[in-house]
Amino acid sequence: MSTALRARTRTAVPVNRRAALGLLRGTGVAGMASAVVIAVGAVLALFGPLLAPYNPELPNLGLAWVGPTGGHLLGFDFEGRDVLSRLLAGAQSSMIGPLGVVVGAMALGTVIAVVAAWRQGPVDSVLSAGLDIIFAFPGILLAVLAAAVFGAGLTAAAVALSIAYMPYVARVLRGAALRERRQPYVAALEVQGASAVSICVRHIVPNMLPLIVAQATIMFGWAMVDLAAISFLGLGVQPPAPNWGVMISENQPGILQGYPLPCLAAGVCIVAVVIAFNVLGERLFEQAEAGRR
Amino acid sequence: MPEAAGSSAPILSVAGLRKEYGALVAVDDVSFEILPSRSLAIVGESGSGKTTVARMITGLERPTKGMISACGRDRSRPARSARERRRRGSEVQIVFQDPYTSLDQRQTAEQAIDEVLRLHHGWPADGRRGRVAELVGLVGLDSRQARALPRSLSGGQRQRVALARALAASPRVLILDESVAALDVSIQAQVLNLLADIRDETSVSYILISHDLAVVRQLTDDAIVMYRGQLVERGPTAQILDEPRHPYTQRLRASVPRPGWKPSRRQLIPADQKGEAS
Amino acid sequence: MNGRRSPAAAVSPDSGPGSQPPLLAVDGLTVLLPVEGQLRAVLREVSLQVRRGEAVGLVGESGSGKSMTARAIGRLLPRGAQVTGSVRFGDRDVAGLSGADLRAFRQQIAMIFQDPRAHVNPVRRIGDFMTEALRTNLGVPAPVAQRRAADMLSQVGIENGWQRLRQYPHEMSGGMLQRVMIAAALLTEPALLLADEPTTALDVTTQAEVMAILDELRRSYGLGMLFITHDLELAAAICDRTIVMYAGQVVEVRESSLLHADPLHPYTAALAAARPSIEDRAARLRAIPGRPLSAFEAPAGQCAFAPRCGYAADACVAGLPSLTELDGGVSRCVRAGELRGALAVTDA
Repeated sequence: MSTALRARTRTAVPVNRRAALGLLRGTGVAGMASAVVIAVGAVLALFGPLLAPYNPELPNLGLAWVGPTGGHLLGFDFEGRDVLSRLLAGAQSSMIGPLGVVVGAMALGTVIAVVAAWRQGPVDSVLSAGLDIIFAFPGILLAVLAAAVFGAGLTAAAVALSIAYMPYVARVLRGAALRERRQPYVAALEVQGASAVSICVRHIVPNMLPLIVAQATIMFGWAMVDLAAISFLGLGVQPPAPNWGVMISENQPGILQGYPLPCLAAGVCIVAVVIAFNVLGERLFEQAEAGRR
Repeated sequence: MPEAAGSSAPILSVAGLRKEYGALVAVDDVSFEILPSRSLAIVGESGSGKTTVARMITGLERPTKGMISACGRDRSRPARSARERRRRGSEVQIVFQDPYTSLDQRQTAEQAIDEVLRLHHGWPADGRRGRVAELVGLVGLDSRQARALPRSLSGGQRQRVALARALAASPRVLILDESVAALDVSIQAQVLNLLADIRDETSVSYILISHDLAVVRQLTDDAIVMYRGQLVERGPTAQILDEPRHPYTQRLRASVPRPGWKPSRRQLIPADQKGEAS
Repeated sequence: MNGRRSPAAAVSPDSGPGSQPPLLAVDGLTVLLPVEGQLRAVLREVSLQVRRGEAVGLVGESGSGKSMTARAIGRLLPRGAQVTGSVRFGDRDVAGLSGADLRAFRQQIAMIFQDPRAHVNPVRRIGDFMTEALRTNLGVPAPVAQRRAADMLSQVGIENGWQRLRQYPHEMSGGMLQRVMIAAALLTEPALLLADEPTTALDVTTQAEVMAILDELRRSYGLGMLFITHDLELAAAICDRTIVMYAGQVVEVRESSLLHADPLHPYTAALAAARPSIEDRAARLRAIPGRPLSAFEAPAGQCAFAPRCGYAADACVAGLPSLTELDGGVSRCVRAGELRGALAVTDA
């Protein structure tokens, strides 16, 4: 490739925080707006229960379905609880769940991908076949099974989803890991006598980071939707604990009765966060791909 | 055990080396020896098996048959322990062809060299720093370049970093796998001069894998010619290039562009001429 | 261009400058490319000519702009490139062509690239690829096109042409695929071949073979050729004239046979001297200090090569040197006249 063009397509792989912010800026307006939404969601997840102006769990049936008044911007839900407070408090379980899923799936998936890429040959074939088998199970189905075996709850659902997502992660990362593994610099380190583990941890995984981050971001959105669906089905977070998916479920009758706000408000929260993660994730993915070429 | 000082025991010796990939024989019965401070060229084109020989010597591939020994120690089978692996790494090292993928993009030259030093020696940080600076100077880079990431360096500069990294463990044998082939002519001359200087200073032996006969002449004392996995000619470099005996070597020699050269269509190698020229 | 031109009816190169318009005339070509947000010069005021039936070599190292020149001529510059100056093919300005005119132009200039695999559709057969231009643009019926393709394959030294037409690119080696590309380029009976490092990725014996084929066929069809390479000796082997580029500029134009014995620019002499010799080992190679620069890296307002030149004088940094004619060639060295004797390369 000509010298001038080669200079153009070498992109910075973030080696420090300043470069990471530069990467973020490279995602464009949509990417940055999404990052802001995500940041807000993260703050709410951490401090939501403290920020809630009213008690999110105390029922007051006399106020059931009352619309927005006074200091209650979003009105009351089916049990007379302040919707806004419940949303703020629910942010925690709504975001922690997907975070757990992402961390679990990415960790497992990365390890399997790197091992398969490093060893290649029969080890790779066996691992890939195993992944194919797990792939066959839809996430929600596994979560339902987990609920049946271990009882309903966020933990069981999150673990089940982690396992269900892991093959997808491993597939995508395996390609990137293989590419890195075949680079001459890896061979140079092998010839030096460096151990496989140190090469993988210090060189192969860090060079895959842009892709890992992009993948994790997109996955957060999916996990959120799946977990919300599971909670909606009553198999995840149990009422009266606040959770956006649960709120959609319990306020659903209100739509037909002419009180859509509590249900839709929770839906909008989920949608906004999921879209933000999807948009940012896709932009980061594009950057990762562009940087690789 | 280390060879006695001043002995003429070979620093690297290869006997009956063979590599099969299923039905394909990539390397067929290759044997040679390198004496201390002498340099050997392995000349051939694609499919000759020269790179496979290099990979077997460095342990990246496992020979199907045959013996390899370096610094008096056998290395025909994969290393059993981390310590053995590291010891082999301090005996034979390699510099690859492509400057753009021979370095981890995320590491500066100093970090790359330091990593190798940490691997082989238990020195404290300032001891390593001194050695890093020494190596950086040895390959002709300045401190600014040493602290730069590969993407800010040119092809020639990257190769120097790869060279410094390879020399960090003070190997006795350094394999140059087409290491100057991807460089501009003017840079190639600089690096060839540098390689000669390094050899004078460290007494390292080079194994130069190349298809470029002029580079081979400049840098090596002895040469072997490989064609389709077999060793077809061997001898002192000057003799092979001035009086090639095997038809393949002759054809190779005749294909090199030089002032006054005109290309001509191929003469086929007679089928019965495979095997070493006597 | 109907009917088949027989190889014997070669068009002879015109006798002197000015007797016919040159086949290809590049004049004052300057190209800026957006690199990391900024516009950077990669070519500066490049002018060259290729006459009918003449082979011209374009030689340079990294950053010299030789590949960019080829792309500019072939209208293959990347997006966002800013081009000033003109590229004229025959009597038409290439920049203004579009649609049917552009397609006709592409038939007249056939390009051969360094990596044939990157320029061929891997899921189509060789025969499809070779006959595509004939069938779609020239309206040649498919069986006729296939026959011509098979004939051309034998001319480039590939036997069993009919069988090969049915093969896919991955079934062929690099050398064979490059021969196919040459055959495909010749099929449309172009007036000019633009070969960008066509043999750089090939083994040296394959290179010699492919070069011989290219040379032979070019002469018998009377085609012009612009041959781009980093290898000075290779260009001199089959080109009548050689142009040397450095930092996005033309620094020397010389008859190939005189290039080694009597170069007109210190860079050319230094480049030739830096190569190791296959005949003898030098105690130390005459390396050029520093590294080759791109147009945007070179110091402005002076000779780009001066920082690395052993003959640099005050006049060299006083201003941008222009091209001067000397002994039938051209040089961008301010001191070309006085250095002539000194630059001659001593034979190894």
